[in-house]
Amino acid sequence: MTQDKTTNILIVGVGGQGILLSADILALLLVGQGFDVKQAEIHGMSQRGGSVHSMVRYGTAISSPLISRGDVDYLMAYEELEALRWAPFVKPGGTVIVNKKQIAPAPVALGVAAYPEDPLARLRQNFARTTLVEADRLAQEAGNVRAANLVMLGALAAGLPFSKELWRDTIAGRVPPKTLEVNQDAFELGWEVANA
Amino acid sequence: MTKKLMSGNEALARGAFEAGVTVAAGYPGTPSTEILEELVKSEGVYAEWAPNEKVAFEVGIGASIAGARVLVTLKQVGLNVAADPLFTFSYTGVNGGFVFINADDPQLHSSQNEQDNRHYARAAKIPMLEPADSAEAKAMLIKAYGISEEFDTPVMLRTTTRISHSKSIVELGERSEVGNKPYEKRFDKFVMLPGNAFKRHIFVEERLRRLAEFNDAGDLNPIISGSPKLGIIAAGAAYEYAREAFPAASHLKLGMTYPLPAETIRAFAAGVERLFVVEELDPFLEDQIKAMGIEVTGKACLPLIGELNPDIVFKGITGAYDEAKDLARPGLAEELAESDRLQTDFADAPMRPPIMCPGCPHRAVYSVLKRLKVIVNGDIGCYTLGALPPLSGLDTQLCMGTGVSVVHGFGLADPDFRKRAVGVIGDSTFIHSGITGLIDIVYNGGQNTVIILDNRITAMTGRQQNPATGRTLRGTPAPELDFEQLAAAIGVKSVRVVDPYETEEVERAVKEELAKDEASLIIARRPCLLVERFTAPPFAVDPVTCKDCGACSNIGCPAIAKSGAPIKPGGPAKPVIDPAVCVGCALCFKACKFDAISQAKEG
Ligand SMILES: Cc1ncc(C[n+]2csc(CCOP(=O)(O)OP(=O)(O)O)c2C)c(N)n1
Repeated sequence: MTQDKTTNILIVGVGGQGILLSADILALLLVGQGFDVKQAEIHGMSQRGGSVHSMVRYGTAISSPLISRGDVDYLMAYEELEALRWAPFVKPGGTVIVNKKQIAPAPVALGVAAYPEDPLARLRQNFARTTLVEADRLAQEAGNVRAANLVMLGALAAGLPFSKELWRDTIAGRVPPKTLEVNQDAFELGWEVANA
Repeated sequence: MTKKLMSGNEALARGAFEAGVTVAAGYPGTPSTEILEELVKSEGVYAEWAPNEKVAFEVGIGASIAGARVLVTLKQVGLNVAADPLFTFSYTGVNGGFVFINADDPQLHSSQNEQDNRHYARAAKIPMLEPADSAEAKAMLIKAYGISEEFDTPVMLRTTTRISHSKSIVELGERSEVGNKPYEKRFDKFVMLPGNAFKRHIFVEERLRRLAEFNDAGDLNPIISGSPKLGIIAAGAAYEYAREAFPAASHLKLGMTYPLPAETIRAFAAGVERLFVVEELDPFLEDQIKAMGIEVTGKACLPLIGELNPDIVFKGITGAYDEAKDLARPGLAEELAESDRLQTDFADAPMRPPIMCPGCPHRAVYSVLKRLKVIVNGDIGCYTLGALPPLSGLDTQLCMGTGVSVVHGFGLADPDFRKRAVGVIGDSTFIHSGITGLIDIVYNGGQNTVIILDNRITAMTGRQQNPATGRTLRGTPAPELDFEQLAAAIGVKSVRVVDPYETEEVERAVKEELAKDEASLIIARRPCLLVERFTAPPFAVDPVTCKDCGACSNIGCPAIAKSGAPIKPGGPAKPVIDPAVCVGCALCFKACKFDAISQAKEG
């Protein structure tokens, strides 16, 4: 990988899905590797079931914390509708990793808007490198459905140029010891899916 | 040297620590809240939540005059509340260094307006610093204490949401134990009788002149040289966007944005062919630069409204000046064009607005108010989310306190409203600005009904303690402000406490209090579920008994999907409750007139 290139990662989903934790682990690892890193996210209202996103950028020198529209290298979406919402941020040829999960937003539950049909097919149409991850199922396999965010992180990590050991160490330094084993296993399953 | 990835707010807390701050006060407000939450963990620093920003500011003034280095934090609308002390504190000046962090919120990520508080620095005639990332936030805050003490002035450090909440790398330093300055009685300086204040005003104007000189001579406004074809003046996040969009242009990055470094700006302007100023919200810099007689383009091609980002800056400037395209980041134009196409393609993605949590006690109160078809004068907090459909529970909502004072105004305009309108206000907000409104109602014989939505926490901003919760920011126990006794002392004759989950009781209370010819206070009390978890077995809809009347889905619970809701193609025939989301509050059960909703058996 060329060192002066900036890499842009966008993590999106719904409040409560653990997006900010995965973004933190990613950013910690990158800082440890000596990169300049910037991370942008919006707190506040997002806690109340709104959409949540975190932008992580790394390279030699990063200026804007916000990624320009169309400049995302990796979109990691924890929910299908959120993947569609943010897809226009992805670079032509960029990578999309989507959790197989649909969470109806309030307007859909109220019947005033429709959940878009087959988001996955539409993503695939535009981005050849689209990977589907059954993160909930795999997290369950690892021992706790709440570790789905680590499954997703594993799937992303498999495509980034850092060793698995480095990831495992960073995770160990960031998640509570009680949940470490489940989180490591979840990460591992995500990594395998993306490599398959 | 330890390097850490920190949010702007964390870096500011660290900066205050390193600068030797010993006293800090504030009132929560996104995006400023985390500064004190972080700072309170530091040894040697006292930090408190005050009931509102004016009090916090004045506590800070006291500590500064008494000799300490002080930090005050607030969000943009908070400075409106603290503006009164600010303007006269500008006259008295400080003893120990005094800096306040003002967090603006372009794009209204979590605010009721988009005001540009840079105008306050100018109006109060005080210096203003604007960091562009976390490392600068820390460094500038430390510098600000030096400026405050050298120039005898409060200093405003302005962030925006992107600066406060974005993370970047910060190098940690050591704390300087500066210690308190000796306190001395100074009648001419600290007692603002008109005669003294007049002399201090002369001082303030002279101070401003010296600050402008200082700003020109200092190192807060670096020039990043690039092509002379395009010069961009910017500060804070806007600078980062401009650099991202036009890395090959020349940039003047302002760090101290009031009073402006006029000579630096003139010299920069003279060296470039086209000059732009990139700033969010108002043409604050632009107007002043134009007043210097310099030709500059700003709001003619960039929006007055909302946040900027690299795309908007790129489109704005290249739209006004074609040659700028050559200085943009390679690939940017093509990526944007492709992104525009995708945006049109994917425009059908429905919004995902925030909603009150399942089981939120506020929802229960709103469901009753909706049934009674009363006018609701609202206020600011999680309960503001009740304004959205399907509850559509608010008629008015402006700023903190309006839940109490506006309902009084309604009753004055038309006595009929006294029987038809209620004010609703949260516990923290009532303490912030509602108490005086209630005094006004009683004092002037108002016959209004006010409901305190008392969830025992400041929920909206992320669960901060307040004077009614029994804990301080430091985690120490505190007396719980007693709303019942307070109301009685104010002279409210009719005070009653209800449990929001007991909707029949709430309904009775609202009806009875509205009927009375006197001021009433209803305290709807139940802890926020994010503080005290409530879980009972989930409820379910029996599709056979259900008449599909919509009563359950109209309470706006995130666990309930309406019949036919397009959650899946075709949608369910009858409403469905998601057992994974339902907390068992029973609000839907109580709303159902056909006994179609029942609770799963325990275990
Ligand atoms: C003057 C001012 N200061 C701060 C804020 C930020 N703010 C918005 S809601 C809120 C807290 C509301 O708490 P509470 O009244 O207890 O209601 P809850 O969110 O708990 O329902 C605060 C501090 C504001 N909008 N205006």
